[in-house]
Amino acid sequence: MGNQILAYAALNAGAKAMFGYPITPSSEILETWATLCVKDKNLSLLQTEDEMAAGFGVIGSCLAGVPAFTATAGPGNVLMQDAFSMAEALRIPTVAMIMQRGGLSTSTVIYSQEEVRLTCFGGNGEGFRIVYSTSNLQELYDYTLKAFKVAWKYRWPTFILADGYQAKMKGEIKISEKNGSLENVSPILKTGVNLRNCYNLEEEIGEVIVDYEKDYQKDRFEIEEAELYKLDDAKVALLAHGIVAAAAKVAVDKLREKGLKIGLFRPITLRPFPVSKGAKVLDKMEKIFALESAVGQLSALFKEEFYDLSIPLIEINKPGVGFTPREIINLINEQ
Amino acid sequence: MNNNQPSFPKCFKKESKPHKFCPGCGHPLVLKALGQAIDEMGIAKRTVFMVDIGCSLLAWDFFDLPTTQTHHGRTIPTAVGFKTVAKDKIVIAYVGDGGAYAIGLQHTITSCLRNDPLTTIVVNNTLYAMTGGQLAPTTIDNEITTTTPSGKSEFTTLHGPEMLSKIAHQEAYLARGSAFKPLVLKQYLKKAIETQMKGNFSLVEALSACPTNWKTNAQGTIERMNKLEKTFSLGEIK
Repeated sequence: MGNQILAYAALNAGAKAMFGYPITPSSEILETWATLCVKDKNLSLLQTEDEMAAGFGVIGSCLAGVPAFTATAGPGNVLMQDAFSMAEALRIPTVAMIMQRGGLSTSTVIYSQEEVRLTCFGGNGEGFRIVYSTSNLQELYDYTLKAFKVAWKYRWPTFILADGYQAKMKGEIKISEKNGSLENVSPILKTGVNLRNCYNLEEEIGEVIVDYEKDYQKDRFEIEEAELYKLDDAKVALLAHGIVAAAAKVAVDKLREKGLKIGLFRPITLRPFPVSKGAKVLDKMEKIFALESAVGQLSALFKEEFYDLSIPLIEINKPGVGFTPREIINLINEQ
Repeated sequence: MNNNQPSFPKCFKKESKPHKFCPGCGHPLVLKALGQAIDEMGIAKRTVFMVDIGCSLLAWDFFDLPTTQTHHGRTIPTAVGFKTVAKDKIVIAYVGDGGAYAIGLQHTITSCLRNDPLTTIVVNNTLYAMTGGQLAPTTIDNEITTTTPSGKSEFTTLHGPEMLSKIAHQEAYLARGSAFKPLVLKQYLKKAIETQMKGNFSLVEALSACPTNWKTNAQGTIERMNKLEKTFSLGEIK
């Protein structure tokens, strides 16, 4: 199950502690980590009183120099923004697995892509975060390994953004060897260090944000990732992320069998958005179809980053609802 | 040196003095008692200090100790996270009455229930001082705050340590001292830290003065503190 894979991946990535609060569809991550803690006494688990405590627990562990993570969804993701905004302000390498459930509000416990904006930009800040949107079970594993590495290397809060389908899906994956030690892991709160995220002066915080923005813009080109699927000769591109991209990929193969020159641009990092990976390829398209299980959250990121593309962007939104390949094929054929 | 002889705490960060608190504030007295306790116990090298939002955040560089400011009400869970993976450290959460008993109450209760080996210091001045003196769970009967301009009368006053004593582990330590009785407070703080070192939860509430928001002169401040010491009652509660 996807959730079990995530817990094992965190272990192999070098995580030593999890702080979490149950919420469907992410709860098995917590439960699986609990079983891992029984086997390995060096691991810690705290089921906290709420999601805020879970988020700040992860921060506390990171401050002590011990890689830690949490997992949540929907309303829990909302509550955790309190902690994630502090992680952003103090550059604490928290790792969080977000298994998107339905939005708005409590909504369904199943699936949506309604937490893109929240995960990328939640909090009263600038979205100095790294957000990986996975597309299948193997990627849950691979990108969790990567998330811990990247979080500690660059010191931005880092997220695995998946969904209830990936969380509950069962299948086989390839497990890599134990990952070895993470780099740049050491106590953050140590002798001589006094940390604050409170400022007196506008100019004082202004300088901090300017410095962070410089760092983020410098780091982003090493971090950005996208999957460019059959785009080389394509005239039409699908734009999709997460599990919608998995369906879109199947649709691309089927449509190509019928002679349509179509491909897929799939951002893997939603923050930072992979502008460097897509600009040249997408510039050649005649049309781009954006597909997502939300109302334009992905499209908004795309439009913001690719503002100078003059290609028509057709947004196909199914808020809170998934896509099948057949459906995508029909939608494209209708256009 | 006589244990009761006040000394300038060695764990103070001299570069950050004079401190940032208002004249007449109780915080520096509580922090001095804490600094002396840390010195006398010889634990500075093992101690990590975490401060909440509100006036307590002004202590973010008060000590020459690893210190972090957190978010409002979230100091205890941050301290829990740290202590979970750094069991050899002595972790002190420094919080106001709003942080401990309102916005962060669930953390205070749960940490006590779990018997987390932490020391929480709650500075209780019966209102939200940093934001201008609004109603808190600790506001006493008929007290005028900016959100109870006719005097508070709607509900009772929260007594934190007494409330926690109903769920605290038998080895936990709960006490209420006063910033105006610093030597007694220091003894409570030492016992609280010793309790943490034995692996148990400890919380010391320190009644504190806020002349800025109470709008009291020196005499009025002392009178108000005397009243609070009667209203809340000082001593070791568990």
